[in-house]
Amino acid sequence: MKRHLISAADLSRADALLILDTAEELASLADRPIKKLPTLRGRTVVNLFYEDSTRTRISFEAAAKRLSADVINFSAKGSSVGKGESLKDTALTLEAMGADAVVIRHGASGAAHRLAGWVQGSVLNAGDGTHEHPTQALLDAFTIRRRFTGGSGGPSPRGNTVGARGAGLDGLRVTIVGDVLHSRVARSNVLLLSTLGAEVTLAAPPTLLPHAVGSWPCAVSYDLDSELAKSDVVMMLRVQQERMTAAYFPSVREYSRRYGLDAARMARLPEHAIVMHPGPMNRGVEIAAEVADSVRSTIVEQVANGVTTRMAVLYLLLGGTEFPATEFPAVTR
Amino acid sequence: MTAGNPATTGHPGSAAENQARWLIRGITIPGEGEQGARVTDMLLSGGSITAVESGLNHSGARVLDAEGLIALPGLVDLHTHLREPGREDAETVETGTAAAALGGYTAVHAMANTDPVADTAGVVEQVWRLGRTAGHCDVQPVGAVTSGLAGTRLAELGTMADSAARVRVFSDDGRCVSDPLLMRRALEYVKAFDGVIAQHAQDPRLTEGAQLNEGEMSARLGLAGWPAVAEEAIIARDCLLAAHVGSALHICHVSTAGSVEIIRWAKSKGWPVTAEITPHHLLLTDEFAAGYDPVFKVNPPLRTAADVAELRRALADGTVDCVATDHAPHPVEAKETEWAEAAFGMTGLETALRVVQLAIVDTGLLDWAGVADRMSVRPARIGRLTGQGIPLAVGAPANLTLYDPAAPAEAVVSVGASKSRNTPFAGMELPGRVVATFLRGVPTVLDGKLA
Repeated sequence: MKRHLISAADLSRADALLILDTAEELASLADRPIKKLPTLRGRTVVNLFYEDSTRTRISFEAAAKRLSADVINFSAKGSSVGKGESLKDTALTLEAMGADAVVIRHGASGAAHRLAGWVQGSVLNAGDGTHEHPTQALLDAFTIRRRFTGGSGGPSPRGNTVGARGAGLDGLRVTIVGDVLHSRVARSNVLLLSTLGAEVTLAAPPTLLPHAVGSWPCAVSYDLDSELAKSDVVMMLRVQQERMTAAYFPSVREYSRRYGLDAARMARLPEHAIVMHPGPMNRGVEIAAEVADSVRSTIVEQVANGVTTRMAVLYLLLGGTEFPATEFPAVTR
Repeated sequence: MTAGNPATTGHPGSAAENQARWLIRGITIPGEGEQGARVTDMLLSGGSITAVESGLNHSGARVLDAEGLIALPGLVDLHTHLREPGREDAETVETGTAAAALGGYTAVHAMANTDPVADTAGVVEQVWRLGRTAGHCDVQPVGAVTSGLAGTRLAELGTMADSAARVRVFSDDGRCVSDPLLMRRALEYVKAFDGVIAQHAQDPRLTEGAQLNEGEMSARLGLAGWPAVAEEAIIARDCLLAAHVGSALHICHVSTAGSVEIIRWAKSKGWPVTAEITPHHLLLTDEFAAGYDPVFKVNPPLRTAADVAELRRALADGTVDCVATDHAPHPVEAKETEWAEAAFGMTGLETALRVVQLAIVDTGLLDWAGVADRMSVRPARIGRLTGQGIPLAVGAPANLTLYDPAAPAEAVVSVGASKSRNTPFAGMELPGRVVATFLRGVPTVLDGKLA
């Protein structure tokens, strides 16, 4: 049905597990002296970035290169529709160049969806406005699964263990904290993590929650402190600079006091709980430096897992998998 | 400047210019209830209806066999964007009025948000003259409330009222007259010449960057929400203002159930408030935005199914007075883009009556006599038009629409007489067919084509 990855809602539980399991297969490559697979030789992946995001672009670039794809980076930053070429014309250009996959980061919600209507190749949404960022959710799920299902299974974080194949995130309690209203990371994570069986709670000031958040597959709390003791995972969201002056909350200090994760709050988490952040962090605003640098923090791991997870998505989509997928294609070594 | 009325002195169809007579055979004129409808013949002569009775014979008259068709007084649109002057790439008076005629309209009110803005006598007279030249229907210009639609000082309302265009409806449509003091003054001022302020109700602060009805869809799609309260708060305020100063307020494109409730309350007090609803708000919901196709991007936005149901009831019970298209043509490139970058607006003139049949008539909420009232009589009255919206009887101007409600449902095609193709109904099957439109006894449309 779909040869694109635009929304986490497009993924069934089986699809998501297929991606995570494929990522585990591919992760074992990282331990080899030669990290490259010949799988996507001769295929072209375009990174079409309308917003600055060095970390996401590099992550996709590394993923595509490890699969031997040719990578073209197309930075369209600043070329807003008013001034530059329209998204449609750019799409037609990429189409003419024979792009097999387009990875798009764009400031407008729905841009990836629109692009998919104009190109033949696969479209991977690398973040569209305040809509979704599905590969971030996949790498977050991958990270959580590794931490909680590694080894004998069950909540026993051991760092870089291998996640259990076929395992979901059933029963794990994930608290996502902060600017949910404007967060594509939160949207994708609510959808994907709940699909995988996790119990998601959003903790935020009411001003930073969507008006219709009640229709989402998650719980909602205005009080972070009451959620800490029962959280297996706490995921902190970045507070964007432009929200700080737009009456969403009285001051950055007050936000930090009520919704920031500092050492005192971290101490109230269960012993096994982990702390996540999609980056880039505002140290001292939503997360204190000692939390970001603590052993509970998976922030650096998330970056590494990002490459692996994106490899899995490129591998599956360019290998002809459509989501929802019906069968499990074996990883070619 | 000479005072004149397009409805009585317009060239097309004036008696001096055209002596052709039309005998319309076997037409059904809807009446109140089932028993009121009657099948009859009708003679059009000298721009008027000169006879309505069965078995009419008139040698020399052209004959139109209208068996199975219903006759409505020529439709009147209170809310049309003709885009001329300024955006002739999207629409012109010629193409927009052709689209209107094909949709069964004999008069349209041309909104003021042109470039230059219709905020002076010069611009409104230009639009009015372009309408007379085009001749597909009467064009009644709407004047801007504030200079340049800037919302800071009143435009020369009285001068526009005194001009050849005889402006009576004033609107900053596209923008809300949000300053309460300015709104009060505008309402007060137009009392001097029986004017009406047509408000685009949208609190600007509550809708900064707004893209889609605030609700489940906007939350899911990550599009900035346009909350119902931003419309309802302005409507409530303006109803109170209209009552306070005793002047006529008209609410453009009502889109929420809450707005209906406020208007119902204001009317129950006897306050001079009227309201319109668009065809698209009678049929479409914000669910249509799921694919991010900006052809469904409109202001006010598509709302929920519950709103649609309440709006239909409100039109049927008369709380909302009329259907107005808010026909808003845009060139292809304004819609073939990201949602947030795309222009707001949909075309609607050519499909309005068919949408109303599907949403209101075929659902049993309103009969055809009611449609005549909501799409011709009441909008003409609100627009202060003298020669339009007059029930079909001997002596009335021969402005009429012949419609075949039994025509098999056909899928809407996006290419029509309008210069633009941004119809949200493309591909949808709508019932009915406008067969003919007469403007003062002269056909502007025959057999569904421009005459």
